[in-house]
Amino acid sequence: MNSPKINIKPFGVHSVMIEWPNEVSEIILEKILHFERFLTKEIFIDNEWELVPSYNSLLITNRTEQLDFLKLSSHIHNWYAQLKESPKPDRYLWRLPVSYDLEFGLDLEEVANRLQKTKEEIIAMHTGATYTVFGIGFLPGFMYLGGIDEGLELPRKATPRPKVIKGAVGVAGKQAGIYPQESPGGWNIIGNCAVPIFDATKENPCFVSVGDKIEFYRISKAEHDLRKIEAEVGIYKPEKIKINA
Amino acid sequence: MLKVLKAGFYTTIQDAGRFYYRNKGVPVSGVMDEISVFKLDSLLENEEPSAVLEITMTGPTLVFEKETYMALGGAKLSATLNNLPIQNYKVYKIEKGDIISFGKLEKGFRSYLAVKGGFTSEQVLGSRSFYRPITKNNRLNDNDIVPYSTQLNFQPKISEIKVDSFLDDTVLEVTKAPEFDLLTDKQLEDIFSKTFTVAHENNRMAYQLTETIRPHTISMLTSATIPGTVQLTPAGKLIVLMKDGQTTGGYPRVVQLTDKAICILAQKKGGDSLSIKLV
Repeated sequence: MNSPKINIKPFGVHSVMIEWPNEVSEIILEKILHFERFLTKEIFIDNEWELVPSYNSLLITNRTEQLDFLKLSSHIHNWYAQLKESPKPDRYLWRLPVSYDLEFGLDLEEVANRLQKTKEEIIAMHTGATYTVFGIGFLPGFMYLGGIDEGLELPRKATPRPKVIKGAVGVAGKQAGIYPQESPGGWNIIGNCAVPIFDATKENPCFVSVGDKIEFYRISKAEHDLRKIEAEVGIYKPEKIKINA
Repeated sequence: MLKVLKAGFYTTIQDAGRFYYRNKGVPVSGVMDEISVFKLDSLLENEEPSAVLEITMTGPTLVFEKETYMALGGAKLSATLNNLPIQNYKVYKIEKGDIISFGKLEKGFRSYLAVKGGFTSEQVLGSRSFYRPITKNNRLNDNDIVPYSTQLNFQPKISEIKVDSFLDDTVLEVTKAPEFDLLTDKQLEDIFSKTFTVAHENNRMAYQLTETIRPHTISMLTSATIPGTVQLTPAGKLIVLMKDGQTTGGYPRVVQLTDKAICILAQKKGGDSLSIKLV
């Protein structure tokens, strides 16, 4: 297969940005992650470097060194052209429990009205899709999820809420996501996930990586309360299924 | 131990920053003005960038409960040690019970208090830098305790340095960021010829500039940002991401502050003027 073309852009003196075509595509995301694995393993080995993938781009940044942009971009083009097929890493589908109880699903009724569906139909669409993690940012552990059911697309709220609670499950436009901590937010909130997506007390604070898949399943309010207690004492275990990407 | 008698406006513990978690959405954090802290670490002969107190605008009142050596740098905040005025960039021997307090903001915005060996507060994800909710608190509160190890018999090679202060500098030097080439000639002219005012919306996450430039309709997918990235909103507002800034964003990244420009901006407050220069 021909590799999608890349564009390399300067980003200050310590970083460069590699960009792929401007589209949301799993093929492009796979290519980015493949190239990132190669660069992390073979090229940018010492701990001065960090790489950040997202949708159609990959940031390469160095803590201290000033980069020679022309030289580095010519190297990157060569490495990319010579990139070989390599074994795919372990990827996971994470199944996350969501309570759609109206205590949490603040906008569930409004969303159903606006889309002229029942609440049950909204929940069925939300739990029926398999989402891809295209990026993690905005807040620690905030996932940009693609793959929403087209019937569930609607604009974000006209006025953002000053406070959205931790675990709030939201939809906005073509995106779905979970607020990993309390924050202001303009997404339509339809439920709550008790499994913490980000936990700073763990060595790996965020079990999800870019390229992973997410599915939601429905639980009752009572079960949600139980999961929340588990999360508070740190014994939660998100359900995962190994997948071949 | 250092005990916080009065917390002041916004004092945090910061070190070099929190690395390797950007791909999970964790900001780098760390001291806003690295140049001033580097000088303090040199003066105190701290080998690694040490954890220091970053004091914003109005200083705290602190009591040292163990002997150590201390130096201040960055903004000038009319500091006193046991009610006697003290200077920036000079090593002071601290005895048990010594009290440091701060007065009027004379120049700059962020002052740094460093001790020999650095503060030894809890590390979270490899860093002592405050950033809630990674750390429990986002700033020091009254009666908080900040640990450090006792230091006796330190003979500083240099006890005082005269610094070339950049606190009066008003030019932010920048280089190109990924969406630079999408700017129109008019927008470029705006950015590099206008005088900007620092908006009152400024903190460790971002500094907004009051004056706008011509708006745009560029749409892009969310992509990585770094401290010092200048984002342009559709309405033409410039937002400079700082050390606690988000790791990804959806606004065009038009220019990138140099390391020194980040330090210069970190010492500015709402109402201060500055200009932007491409190097």
